Amino acid sequence: MITVRGLRMSYGHYEAVRGIDLDVARGEILAFLGPNGAGKTTTVEILEGFRKRTSGEVLVLGTDPAHAGPDWRARVGVVLQESAPEAWLTVRECLSMYAGYYLRPLPVGRALELVGLTDKADARCDRLSGGQLRRLDMALALIGDPELIFLDEPTTGFDPAARHTAWEVIAGLRDLGKTIFLTTHYMDEAEALADQIMIIAAGRIVSSGTPATIGGRASAATTVSFTLPDGVTAGDLPGLLASATAGRGGTVEIIHDQPVPVLHELTTWALQHGYPLSDISAHRPTLEEIYLGLTDELTSPKGRD
Amino acid sequence: MTALSLVTHQARYDLRAFRRNTRARIFTLAVPVLLLLILVSLFHSGTVKSGGVTVKIAVYYVPHIAAMAIVGAGLINLLITLVAKRESGSLKRRRATPVPSWVLIAGDATTSVVSSVLIVVVLIAIGSLGFGMPVTGAALGLAAVETVIGAAAFCCLAYALGGLVANAESAGPMVQLSTLPVYFISGIYVPDNELPHWLLDVANVLPVRPMAVALQAAFVPATNGGQRFAALPMLVVLAWGVVGLLIAVRTFSWAPRRA
Repeated sequence: MITVRGLRMSYGHYEAVRGIDLDVARGEILAFLGPNGAGKTTTVEILEGFRKRTSGEVLVLGTDPAHAGPDWRARVGVVLQESAPEAWLTVRECLSMYAGYYLRPLPVGRALELVGLTDKADARCDRLSGGQLRRLDMALALIGDPELIFLDEPTTGFDPAARHTAWEVIAGLRDLGKTIFLTTHYMDEAEALADQIMIIAAGRIVSSGTPATIGGRASAATTVSFTLPDGVTAGDLPGLLASATAGRGGTVEIIHDQPVPVLHELTTWALQHGYPLSDISAHRPTLEEIYLGLTDELTSPKGRD
Repeated sequence: MTALSLVTHQARYDLRAFRRNTRARIFTLAVPVLLLLILVSLFHSGTVKSGGVTVKIAVYYVPHIAAMAIVGAGLINLLITLVAKRESGSLKRRRATPVPSWVLIAGDATTSVVSSVLIVVVLIAIGSLGFGMPVTGAALGLAAVETVIGAAAFCCLAYALGGLVANAESAGPMVQLSTLPVYFISGIYVPDNELPHWLLDVANVLPVRPMAVALQAAFVPATNGGQRFAALPMLVVLAWGVVGLLIAVRTFSWAPRRA
């Protein structure tokens, strides 16, 4: 559906995108993550055909978006980040107006149903809540029955309940076979929805993979942490546990790529001495930790989102 | 889906939005009517000299306020709506669909033309029924054609200014600031025989006074040397429309402007 090779984009002397490759297959949800100023919006706008590029190959639905016409537009749905209602029209009228732009639109009732706005069909657009407006945006992007949908930060500013509703809508689109290019700031959103995650920082892809494997997450070391019992020092710990270092909040941490022997040795030792170790925990890095680790030092202070 | 049915489709929703927009209704329809009634009742003498002949005060003000109303419906209302739609991302979202941009422009132009014709008809009706302005079929037909041309030209100017105006907040003040002096020197508020010649010379090459002169001639040809169709003034209006279109094509942007 999408093939990008060596994409570059410069604004004057500033290079916002510095050679990006990416592939999105049909029916896949790609989550595109990155801090503000990383070149995320520039990349998406090039793929949407709203912005020209400096160099590189871009094919979206087999066509270069820079030269795409109405037939291509009819196959691509776009949910923009900034959006406001079509003032003075109702939800249904707004969808009917957009439906008129396409040769084979979805029935308005079907689009309303997909985003869960059926009971707001006759409400004026400017009287909707923030979450309802974003759902209307989504319905407007779906009304042409597109194959590929760009979603630019679809849940920014949502409360947790509204976010989960939006995720259900997006997951429902995947079930319909739509391909989705999702831009987001939220790691949990990427984890919940994406088949593939790409992280962009300072104009380059710094990591890509599935939610389970990205950033070497599958093979990353496990951290075992606990609070030392009274009167015990780190030096008293036997065997594998001797590598313990000071962790957060008075705990000690043992970082090891094989958690089972560490836990076995630790719990055996604790049982022998009757220590409860009530705050014991073992965890692998979260997607958020991976993301912050990857983007921290690369994030450029200037530039555009 | 033919091009014409697409334009009709777009215009239907644009007109519906216009009909529900209180600001637009008051601004484009109520203000000109109110102004006409106030100005006509202010001048007790009952007559004024214009174009070298003496005419009834209402016969003077109906075409002049009509010209102002066409600027209001064609230029000002469209400009404010347009900039607001651009800044809210609504225009960009429409550009993400297969609809050709000229269909969107044609929809706006239709709204401008329909609302202009509507308000001009109302003003003429008031002039004719309330103040005894002479109205013939020929005058009405010509005035209608001139109104359509004028509204379309001001619509082009709205797109041109839309490219120059940065945001919705500055659109209102900017357009008021630029139209108010033009109205004054064009004899919209003060009869033109009260104005110095050099000011009228300036006004004659701007689009507002030619619009008023042409409409006045349609009803009272004597004010234009006996010619019912004021060709030169309409040419000036048309030229402004073309200039506006050329500027718009170069500068108009569909996406919101960011700092």
